[in-house]
Amino acid sequence: MTSSDDRSPAPALAARSVEKQFGQVRALRGVSFEAMAGEVTALIGDNGAGKSTLVKCLSGVHRPDSGTIEVDGQPVHMTSPTDAERMGIETVYQDLALAPDLDAASNVFLGREIRKFRFLHDQPAMRRQTAKSFADLGVGMVQDLRVPVASFSGGQRQSVAIARAAMWAQHVILLDEPTAALGVIQTAKVLDLIRRVRERGLAVVFISHNLPQVLEVADRVEVMRLGARVARFKSGETDVEQLIAAISGAYTNEVAA
Amino acid sequence: MSGVQDDKTSETGHLHAMAEVAAIDATEAGDAVPEAAATEGAGMSVDTAPSPWRRLVSSPVVMTFFFLAVTMVLFSILAPGKFGTTSNFEQLAQNVAILTVVSIGTTFVIATAGIDLSIPSGIVLGEVFALKALGLVTVGSGTAVDVASEDTTAWYVVVALAASLLSGLLLGLINGFTVGYMRIPPMLATLGTLGGGLGIALLLQNGVNTATYALNSVATGQVIPGLSNLVLIGLLVVGIGYVGMHRAVFGRHTLAIGSSEESARRVGLKVERHLLKVYTVGGLASGFGGFLSVAYFSTTSVAGHSTDNLQAITAVALGGTSLFGGVASIIGTLIGVWIPAVLQNGFIIIGVQPYWQMVAVGVVLILAIYSDQLRRRSRSRR
Repeated sequence: MTSSDDRSPAPALAARSVEKQFGQVRALRGVSFEAMAGEVTALIGDNGAGKSTLVKCLSGVHRPDSGTIEVDGQPVHMTSPTDAERMGIETVYQDLALAPDLDAASNVFLGREIRKFRFLHDQPAMRRQTAKSFADLGVGMVQDLRVPVASFSGGQRQSVAIARAAMWAQHVILLDEPTAALGVIQTAKVLDLIRRVRERGLAVVFISHNLPQVLEVADRVEVMRLGARVARFKSGETDVEQLIAAISGAYTNEVAA
Repeated sequence: MSGVQDDKTSETGHLHAMAEVAAIDATEAGDAVPEAAATEGAGMSVDTAPSPWRRLVSSPVVMTFFFLAVTMVLFSILAPGKFGTTSNFEQLAQNVAILTVVSIGTTFVIATAGIDLSIPSGIVLGEVFALKALGLVTVGSGTAVDVASEDTTAWYVVVALAASLLSGLLLGLINGFTVGYMRIPPMLATLGTLGGGLGIALLLQNGVNTATYALNSVATGQVIPGLSNLVLIGLLVVGIGYVGMHRAVFGRHTLAIGSSEESARRVGLKVERHLLKVYTVGGLASGFGGFLSVAYFSTTSVAGHSTDNLQAITAVALGGTSLFGGVASIIGTLIGVWIPAVLQNGFIIIGVQPYWQMVAVGVVLILAIYSDQLRRRSRSRR
């Protein structure tokens, strides 16, 4: 077990010595991970380091072969993303999981519609709540909320996906490369949004390959290599060179498990 | 960030553009394609929602309705006192009623980006099952098949209806299972049940049709004076379809699956089960169509209906429901059913060879789908 400060609260979401194997491939080799409430934790590592697999274990898509997932210090067993959602863990995938022909409100509430008479949806109510939540998060929607999200820009779509997750998440929001496909200005807006989500007291976990961006927005950085955590940093106490060294295996500050 | 503007937008509410300083698009549209900025209004002011007029024109439903209206006006002018008469409209409404019922079901299937080619077998099975069920009810020395239309009872009607719906249910469940759970492409799955279903209907009937007058009152009676039951039933089905597609969670999920099956699965929708339900709706509509058909025409028609699937798909596509899924309009389908019927009827009345109807429908169909394509392309230009 790693040396965690006794005064600090239990992590909002944690992985303890998680193993996951796909056929002959050991994707996760005893990885541990912690995300604290009110913090942005960046998860970085080279391609194939196991970041996405770890996120999928944390979001209930995969079940670890061994090791535990903890929410607020309590071990939990998640068998589906729905289980994770029930525990207040929301995930924004790289491909966003939006239905392009539906409008923003319909997407935000998809699968969790506000209902009337059990079988009807209450679209005005859903639109109101969406507008309110978007305004709270500072997500600007130039277009009418009735326009299909397909007509949105990449950044707007990303914002809808993050806002949806932020709206439902009680605890943790997991973002898999949220800015990978965005331009400079859109990226800045999305990072702003991530900060605002953090200010609501949620634990934010995000995967990124953009190290300057990681240092800009993350409070802490956890580095994965070959299916295990190799280093942890506070973002103020490290720099890009050190992160690269950790990613490539030249540097570690993690005691071998 | 200007709070004043925020307040204003939340006041004008969700119906209008949420222009805000933090708007991602506001900054972006400035350095993006100029025409995009122009069409989107670029968030320069609060009232940049697409104008109602623009929304109207870009809506395929409005376009097809416009086309239908113009056609009707033209025929009324070209054949004064013949086309635009109440009796002609009553006749038209009766003629399209059964196709309307079936097309509403198909609208749900197509909204999932699926297709249902098995409609003819659904209708024919519905007819045959209704007839066989009537044959099980003994009346005097014969069966309910042979009663005169004025001697029929509600019980015979209910028995026949239940049997038709049962056949539709079975067909729909098979379609839904093969498409949803076995992952067979809908076109091939329903091509299989098209042939299979027709084969079973022909086997049950030994390849010959049977007449019955027991169900006539269902189609030709008038529960509401002046409105034939058949038309009334068609309107009711349209109403149910409208609520189901546009107001119910069921329709919302149907559209979401058609829009992006993967996304629907990711947000936790049970895609397989929903597809099963949607194809079941399609099957039930066909089976019900068969019930109405045997009631209206007083006979089974095991060799008929062979192009009903294509007619239904045409109507749905004309009505602005996208064959790529995700976008659907029940009212559009209602309009789409009328266009071929009005063209046919109008051409006959003004003395043009009715075969031109086929040509005209073909052209309109291609134009409608092309406009859907254009809309998709322009919509996701970024």
